[in-house]
Amino acid sequence: MSLPTPLQAFSSVPKNWDHDDKAVPAQGEPMTGAQALIRSLEDLGVTQVFGVPGGAILPAYDAIDEQVRFNFTLTRHEQAAGHAAEGYAVSTGKVGVCLVTSGPGATNMVTPIADAMMDSVPLVVVTGQVGVDSIGTDAFQEADIVGITYPVAKHSYLVTKAQDIPRVMTEAYHIARSGRPGPVVVDLSKTAQNGKMLYSWPQEMILPGYNPVTRAHGHVLDDAARLLVQSHRPVLYVGGGAVRSDARRQVQELVRATGAPMVTTLPARGIVPDSDPAVLGMPGMHGTVAANGAIQHSDLLVAVGTRFDDRVTGSLEDFAPVARVIHIDIDPAEIGKNRQADVPIVGDVGQVLDDLIPALKAAQRTWGKPDLKPWWRLIDGWRHDYPTTFEPSPDGTLAPQWVVQTLSNKADPDTIWVSGVGQHQMWASQFIDFERTRSWVSSCGLGTMGYGLPAAIGTAIGTREEEDPRPVWLIDGDGSFQMTSEELATAGQAGLPIRIAILNNSVYGMVRQWQTLFYGSHYSQTNLEDGGARPTDGNGIPDFVKLAEAYGCLGLRAYTQEQALEAIDKANAVTDRPVLIDFRVWKDAMVWPMVPAGASNDTIIYKPGVQPLAGIRPEQEQPEPREQTGADRAAMASDAAGRMNK
Amino acid sequence: MANYPASKPGSERHTLSVLVENRPGVLARVAGLFARRAFNINSLSVSSTERDDISRITVTADVEAVPLEQIIKQLNKLLHVLKIVELKGDEAVERELVMIKVKANERNRSDVLEIVQLFRVRVVDVHPESLTIEATGAEGKLEALLRLLRPFGIIELVRSGAVAVTRGPRALSEKVLGSQITDR
Repeated sequence: MSLPTPLQAFSSVPKNWDHDDKAVPAQGEPMTGAQALIRSLEDLGVTQVFGVPGGAILPAYDAIDEQVRFNFTLTRHEQAAGHAAEGYAVSTGKVGVCLVTSGPGATNMVTPIADAMMDSVPLVVVTGQVGVDSIGTDAFQEADIVGITYPVAKHSYLVTKAQDIPRVMTEAYHIARSGRPGPVVVDLSKTAQNGKMLYSWPQEMILPGYNPVTRAHGHVLDDAARLLVQSHRPVLYVGGGAVRSDARRQVQELVRATGAPMVTTLPARGIVPDSDPAVLGMPGMHGTVAANGAIQHSDLLVAVGTRFDDRVTGSLEDFAPVARVIHIDIDPAEIGKNRQADVPIVGDVGQVLDDLIPALKAAQRTWGKPDLKPWWRLIDGWRHDYPTTFEPSPDGTLAPQWVVQTLSNKADPDTIWVSGVGQHQMWASQFIDFERTRSWVSSCGLGTMGYGLPAAIGTAIGTREEEDPRPVWLIDGDGSFQMTSEELATAGQAGLPIRIAILNNSVYGMVRQWQTLFYGSHYSQTNLEDGGARPTDGNGIPDFVKLAEAYGCLGLRAYTQEQALEAIDKANAVTDRPVLIDFRVWKDAMVWPMVPAGASNDTIIYKPGVQPLAGIRPEQEQPEPREQTGADRAAMASDAAGRMNK
Repeated sequence: MANYPASKPGSERHTLSVLVENRPGVLARVAGLFARRAFNINSLSVSSTERDDISRITVTADVEAVPLEQIIKQLNKLLHVLKIVELKGDEAVERELVMIKVKANERNRSDVLEIVQLFRVRVVDVHPESLTIEATGAEGKLEALLRLLRPFGIIELVRSGAVAVTRGPRALSEKVLGSQITDR
């Protein structure tokens, strides 16, 4: 081989890695790297690990014995281990930990890693890796998982020495949960797992390039307070960052102190109870008219732990066109990425709000509180005229929205709701009454179908650690569910009391909705044929009831409201195993309201033919009208939907 | 806002100095970030520095101010990035090295050599059919040299990419905490 280049930055494996680990410290308990990994997890306080074993991670699995101080959940697919860890992390606020093998085991984790990155979920993913001498040789089950996950992981490590393991695990755990949380990959070569080392704890972290800012600096708090007392049409736009920061109390205080209306993005549903009159619901593509109307007409948007995602903003140029923006986020890169902030505040949401609220109250004492009554009159008008509602299906089959609403009405108020991705997810967000924080687990940014069942498993395991475990309901679609349905085995064997509501419309519903609205009702490859909405339609493939039974779960089916009510009651009574209800629902139900992708939120279609915000513009100076392709698409969608309903 | 792709025709030239930990894979992380954020770079050079634990990446790119700010913020999120400084023309010295293999035979060799002398650059290889010229300088000088040599026929051209250093007695790495490990 050629001489090493002077720079390590070029290569993926250290040049001078040491077979013998000569540079070991003088003190510590002798053990193998694999044992050190397990001990590190215990010393970090990890109580739950998800994973699937395999060749390159076998030494680590060998070190898991009867005395191990964490619970291990064996999933049937690595992707499910990842989503389960996400569900666990989102619902408990702890770090999700996964342990999987090299090659395909590691690449199967890419989707959960990307998902956790998008939704800022703290995850530590330990993957096996072939021995250091084999790295780069296309060895059996070798994959460069560190390289593969560069774009989708918060950080990653390739560990080649046993002695590094406790320090790397300490750092990985810290990085995953601090700052803007995210997934950290620890690729553990077999060399490191088998190597000898001296274990000591605690470990000193060496992270010179990592200093997340948690507190606001300078005059930004006073600037924000001043803007708040000067604005007459403020809106609090609260996102998942508030949930990650556990800032329910602070957000509620801000709502009370400002008296302003509040919208919650998909991951933030429930941060303030839906019963609070300030909560207008979700903004954006499938948000409420009141939430979108308030944002579009606001003169001040207080963005709290949120990132102006395209599903919220629609056409960015037309988003809240006359509003000034206070943007609070722990990630400086989110501020000014999509929307320029007038007052940028970098910091942890809870900490910043704790500091902002006194500044706001002081400003209110000096300048007085603005009169928000006219603003509330406008918003309450929208709320009254365009409530979240749905039309019954024209042919008498079950309306999926009715199912969700009924599930919410009949569920324990402490229920944690989990969803897959698709129409059912939007209906869950719209029709479930969220009263508690950490009651909603969903794949928001990446939109990963198949997230639901494994995330529900992780959630059920997480809540089992609590003194008073909370019930878990999974609302899933027949398409989304089938992407990870093998995990019924995990849930069935563990006897997890997960209640699964499949809104079975026998199609990829959200894709079908777009096909109806934007692709001339050309239903290309969206029919699943896994059960029609009427008993006479027979059972398709799979028969979800039999599938549930095959995995040791209770399977139920409902075609009518009476059957549905009965099945829900039955499911709510089961506490020793999973229950699956196959709700056969109307296939052409659509998610309304809707803003077509890329269109202005002003074009929101409340229901076919009704565009309540179109044409009315916020007071104050207007930007020049521009080419309105988005509006054209909205009109087209509205027309198409109107035709559908005739 | 949402000024993507970041690099558009007519954007201004910027030079970034990025101090990174001298560790495996750092370059891949930095380069990958540029690629996925649609940030086209003109040149990128990596080298060791006055400190064993720090490498220095110099990037030049034509980019608008707003996406540049976003790229700096995204770079800062990489844990191995220690410091990023934009070096402005009047506060820094910027140089690049190029090697130019130009067609030259007995008839026009003296013409080429005249240009070489004019620019105070060096000839490092001579062949009956070619001359290889080594030149260092700021971008303007090198562009002028290349413009004059082009009519003779440039056979091969290689450029080191720009490197830059601030004027005055201070080092960029002064306030950077050390990384005590170099093999992770």
